[in-house]
Amino acid sequence: MSDATSSTRRLGQMRTPLWQRAAERGLAIIAMSAIAAVVLILVFILREAAPLFVDELALEAQGGLSSLVRARTWEGYDAPEHVWQPVGFPGKLNILPLFAGTLKITLLTMLLSVPVGLGGAIFLAEYAPRRLREVVKPAVELLASVPSVVVGFFALAVLAGGLQRLVDATYRLNATVAALGLAFAVVPVVVTISEDALRAVPRDLVEASLALGARRWQTTLGVTLPAALPGIAAAIVLGFGRAVGETMIVLMASGNAPVLDASPLSSARTVTATIAAELGEVTPGDDHWRVLFLLGGLLFVVTVGLNEAGRFAVGRLRRRLRAEGVT
Amino acid sequence: MGTEPHQAAPMTRIVAIVSLALALGCAGARGRAERHAASTLTVRGSDTMVVLSQRWAQAYRHARGDVSVQVSGGGSGVGIASLLAGTTDLAASSREVTSHELAALARARGVEPEVYRVAIDALAVYVHESSALREIELSALQDLYRGRITRWSALGGPDEPVVLYGRENNSGTYVFFKERVLDRLDFVAETQSLPGTSAVIHAVSRDRRGVGYGGIGYGAGVRLVAVRAAPDAEAVLPDERSAIDRRYPLARFLYLVRADAETAKARDYLEWILSDEGQGEVEAAGFFPLPRDVREAELARLGSPPATARLATPPGASESM
Repeated sequence: MSDATSSTRRLGQMRTPLWQRAAERGLAIIAMSAIAAVVLILVFILREAAPLFVDELALEAQGGLSSLVRARTWEGYDAPEHVWQPVGFPGKLNILPLFAGTLKITLLTMLLSVPVGLGGAIFLAEYAPRRLREVVKPAVELLASVPSVVVGFFALAVLAGGLQRLVDATYRLNATVAALGLAFAVVPVVVTISEDALRAVPRDLVEASLALGARRWQTTLGVTLPAALPGIAAAIVLGFGRAVGETMIVLMASGNAPVLDASPLSSARTVTATIAAELGEVTPGDDHWRVLFLLGGLLFVVTVGLNEAGRFAVGRLRRRLRAEGVT
Repeated sequence: MGTEPHQAAPMTRIVAIVSLALALGCAGARGRAERHAASTLTVRGSDTMVVLSQRWAQAYRHARGDVSVQVSGGGSGVGIASLLAGTTDLAASSREVTSHELAALARARGVEPEVYRVAIDALAVYVHESSALREIELSALQDLYRGRITRWSALGGPDEPVVLYGRENNSGTYVFFKERVLDRLDFVAETQSLPGTSAVIHAVSRDRRGVGYGGIGYGAGVRLVAVRAAPDAEAVLPDERSAIDRRYPLARFLYLVRADAETAKARDYLEWILSDEGQGEVEAAGFFPLPRDVREAELARLGSPPATARLATPPGASESM
């Protein structure tokens, strides 16, 4: 630190009043605390899960660390199975059914949400009269702010019965009901961000396409959509992240049976719902507790990874499109 | 510089105020802690009983003020182990205490341990109101929940799949069902887990192929199934009477165990639990209160004055607070 800097600082001090400097410092601390919170959460989660990998007695009754993913023929079973049944004799802590449940419900949600969300965004950005758009877009955004417990209740009470009448599913609460509920949370994300991306495409491009004799839909498919692709990719990634992390809707509507299958009409138990349902009563420090924290850590890594992958993909796409001269 | 003293003055004032506040806070906390230690009673054990024990603890503090009851779970075995180690005043147990454990307690603590029945737990099996199933044998119930029976036709019903509803694995009901019905084996993975008896009843009422278990409750759209313990036993419907005389196979007593000679606070607490007020909390927590004769027997073992005087208060009098 040189004399010059300290003297400018002193000059600065004389001009800015104390409260202002304090406020600036305070804002800086608040901004930093967000980062600190993320780091601390991760450290806390990992610290609770770490004994699984360090403690030699961890998961002893289950047959070691590999029992978290490996099938085993437990007492009373006829064949090796991946079992999540943490309260038992002994508790069985295979995490594969939970990740399968999360994957199943998330993929179903995206299958429902992306076409609907993208279609809605294209309509709003390209075809809807301005007055209609000014009503519809805020309404869609309002949908995103409905509390998830309310959406979950709606899925449980209304969607489940409706779906069962429609397809006569064996299980009234199943992965599709949960995905339908989740779509209420994910579609607004996809619509809003995609619509913004579509409307950010320069009008010159659209007008040039129309001037060349392309029809409206040809312009949309051939010009506007490709140009807006980075934004749309971001919308899908954010929607995916929301679907993976959502807890209350799946807890209420999925049936929570930890089955390992791909059927959309069977029940599913997600990672988030498992943590929410079980952490409250588990004995701190035992294997079940540690595995729940491991699940939280893995979920954290998956969502952060997804966000980063999405950001990377968007960046590359944007560079490529710029190189091709689309934007 | 002229500004320096002005800046310093609020600083020292802040320091003074903060340290004063800290000092006061510490003093207050120490005072609380001392009061705490003077009259704390710890109850440790059965997870089934945690909610009930907490209700009792709260109501007891409300009634007595000077005693704080600390409750923790861990399981009936953990409770008895803690009692053995002398780290808890009372152990809560949702199963009978084995003779082996009683002997160990007597050796470790130097007094005969006393086991008191404090409540009755029972769970019911429900089906949709349109179901033809009126009664079920325990072994068939086990086959259902282990996935050995997957269609109602095996139990004389229509040829439709069975949909199993159960409780989340953090509930005592789940563990009781697993121990008593499944012989400690696992539920089939397809069992849907729901967060409470009312959620199970609601789900079964909407599902003609459904079967569920939970606390004893009556909801529209479901019917209770009578349970028989063995092929030649009578099928019994769960109700207060059959739960209390234990003809109903899915009923059990809940216990508190004590292994100290004469501490008044544990004795007073048990006496209060056996009072109308304490037994009122049992009902509120979803269990069955003890029948009068059992209460009198347990009070007599506590060595309290004639139980009849204690039970004279009309039922419901305690709820008027």
